[in-house]
Amino acid sequence: MESKHVNQQIAAMRQSFFDELEDQNNPNFVEEVFTMYFRDSTTLLETVEQAMKTISITLAKMDKILHQLKGSSASVGANKVLNEINKTRQVLEKGNLEGTKAGIWEMRKEYDSLKAKLEPYFQLKQANSVPQEK
Amino acid sequence: MNVSSVKGSMSISSSTSTWKAGDTISDQFPAGLRVLVVDDDPTCLMILEKMLIACLYKVTKCNRAETALSKLRENKNGYDIVLSDVHMPDMDGFKLLEHIGLEMDLPVIMMSADDGKQVVMKGVTHGACDYLIKPVRIEALKNIWQHVVRKRKNEWKEFEQSGSVEEGDRQPKQSDDADYSSSANEGNWKGSKRRKDEEEETDERDDTSTLKKPRVVWSVELHQQFVAAVNQLGIDKAVPKKILELMNVPGLTRENVASHLQKYRLYLRRLSGVSQHQSNLSTIISAQDPTFGSLSSLSGLDLQTLAATGQLPAQSLARLQAAGLGRATAKSAIPITLVDQRNIFSFENPKLRFGEGQQQHMTNKQQVNLLHGIPTTMEPKQLVSLRHAAQSVGNMNMQVPPHGPQSSQNNPLLMQMGQQQQQQQSRGQILVDSTINHAPRLSSMGQPILSNGMATNVSSRSGIPENIRAPGYSQTPSMLNFPMNHASELPGNCFPLGSTPGVSNLTSKGAFQEDVNSEIKGSGGFMPSYDVFNDLNQYKPQSWELQNVGIAFDSSQHSNSLQGNLDLTQSALGQQGFSSGQMNGHNRSAAVASKAMFSTGNVKELRSAQNVNQHLNNLLVDNTIRVKSERVCDASPANIFPDHFGQDDLMSALLKQQESVASSENEFDFDGYSMNNIPV
Repeated sequence: MESKHVNQQIAAMRQSFFDELEDQNNPNFVEEVFTMYFRDSTTLLETVEQAMKTISITLAKMDKILHQLKGSSASVGANKVLNEINKTRQVLEKGNLEGTKAGIWEMRKEYDSLKAKLEPYFQLKQANSVPQEK
Repeated sequence: MNVSSVKGSMSISSSTSTWKAGDTISDQFPAGLRVLVVDDDPTCLMILEKMLIACLYKVTKCNRAETALSKLRENKNGYDIVLSDVHMPDMDGFKLLEHIGLEMDLPVIMMSADDGKQVVMKGVTHGACDYLIKPVRIEALKNIWQHVVRKRKNEWKEFEQSGSVEEGDRQPKQSDDADYSSSANEGNWKGSKRRKDEEEETDERDDTSTLKKPRVVWSVELHQQFVAAVNQLGIDKAVPKKILELMNVPGLTRENVASHLQKYRLYLRRLSGVSQHQSNLSTIISAQDPTFGSLSSLSGLDLQTLAATGQLPAQSLARLQAAGLGRATAKSAIPITLVDQRNIFSFENPKLRFGEGQQQHMTNKQQVNLLHGIPTTMEPKQLVSLRHAAQSVGNMNMQVPPHGPQSSQNNPLLMQMGQQQQQQQSRGQILVDSTINHAPRLSSMGQPILSNGMATNVSSRSGIPENIRAPGYSQTPSMLNFPMNHASELPGNCFPLGSTPGVSNLTSKGAFQEDVNSEIKGSGGFMPSYDVFNDLNQYKPQSWELQNVGIAFDSSQHSNSLQGNLDLTQSALGQQGFSSGQMNGHNRSAAVASKAMFSTGNVKELRSAQNVNQHLNNLLVDNTIRVKSERVCDASPANIFPDHFGQDDLMSALLKQQESVASSENEFDFDGYSMNNIPV
């Protein structure tokens, strides 16, 4: 009973988050994808933030990293994050360092919120699948 | 799409068991398509893989370009299509694209989160079949099989072409078309022509579709053999036939070599393009007189280099394109185009050019020229470009270069084309024709030279150019415009806007005629003083007729069947109702011949036609190049201009010109024939 309820919850969350690629064959797919995404993007984001602190970072490098972030976010469907990235990139192109910093900050915000939304889902799923395996 | 034929072809090349002839697989097609995905971002890679599996494809993923290349190399026939990211750390996506195109000839689709036009354009010029913007939607992936089918279809067409080469004059042209189309997925210019050819080939293809077409995989050794052969021949003399002979590889067909050569040229262009482009541009620009002096100088200067590079770099193309679009660098663009044209023509195997970037280049350039011309009325430019084209084609020592590209000059010059150039010119013609087909009118205007490789009698013209030059520059645009205008003026006759290729060829010629006349007028009346111009004027009416005849010409290509042309012309003339006294047999044949030349790409014919045209009463219907060269050149430029340019644009341009043309017409002293009589 309880598990059923949890399953429903999971399903509901899943539907609200992901419309594509939910594959019966691999229910863990989404998990995998997002695991990867968060892993990579965390690194990227941190690199970016680091870069902003250092003076030696070049705009081109920054742009490259942001581009990578953009690609990943777009692929997973993290639209809000994607938007923020785009904005930041535009500001960066203009050479506005301060603006870029602000942009990155915004990005971080969106990213964190995304993570916050998804984590419960994954945790739930994880927790739920474990007892089932038993 | 013909599923069964596709499947048949698929089964030939693919070893997967999913492809079985007939039966249930057809419902599942394109299931089992073997896709290789390359992307450094693991997240993207994973998602793509998932989506591709959902499309029932067989997916192999790599996160490094090197891995992908080695995978492709070890299993040449193991994949049907490649999806690659643009930005990768170990190798640029475009480089990978080039490698794959050269070595394996597989369709490649680029992906990126970057949707900037420059990047997309880069993908196009590097030969990508498609460009997807991330996030890639599954719907887009569901569609990628079309690129595989398309490529197979084109390869089939090439294959069949090779079998029919010996069958007649028509065949070479068709095979040219096939070659063009094979690599012209990205080129829209040839659309109409290709369609026509494809229609012609359909029956053939259907019959032979069941034949097994062995897929040629360009291994590293084979490619090296190929490169050695090309270098041995000289990049500008490397024709597929000779390369084939040199390589001496059993089982390799001329078409295989031709398409590979196309890609190779594109690749080389890209390699040397930027530097060449720069140098060309600077040469052009620096050399330029008030208007387009550089063009002529360019021709003198950079024929070699241009020939060497052969193709405008992608950047220049892009530039031209941009210029064309934005009219920003029209000036420089035009020279470039001229250069390109020359390059294009300098290659003996124009097909290749056209097949791939050439056409694009041409069209781009043409576009630019056109654009440039329209606003600025740069007749000389057009002429110059024409001349250049002609020059490059014929590899003639351009006596003309010193003289301005004045259009009027070009015409006479064209006439001077030497017989010896015929071969090349004919090739150029073919090229021109193909281009002309796609872009009638304008090309004819300026490019007699292109096709005929500039006659040697430039000297006689030298005087003219200078005179014309001064005022001429302003004319150039008109030149460009003229074709269009003429087209509009002679709706019935010359410019079948968007008409069939054959006709369009003629029309371009007709346009050329008019253009010449009008240009002459534009140049402040220089023209009239010149015999050539007068001749041209006289020929004008003929040009219209040629339009009608053009269709006939197409059928009688390559053959110096002036007779046929004559007949056509005469009949056409009859239709036209030209009753000018001058429209004697010679003239007509000349006109017709010249037109025919254009349409058929038969320089010889053109020459004769032009000559006839040029010297109304003097020229015999022989194969003297003189006038014809002009004609031819005229036609070629027009042809070069891509349809892409837009019929609408042409029409408007033409309409604009109509007035001027009309007035110019009156000025010309047609014996018993006046422009007004020409049914428009």
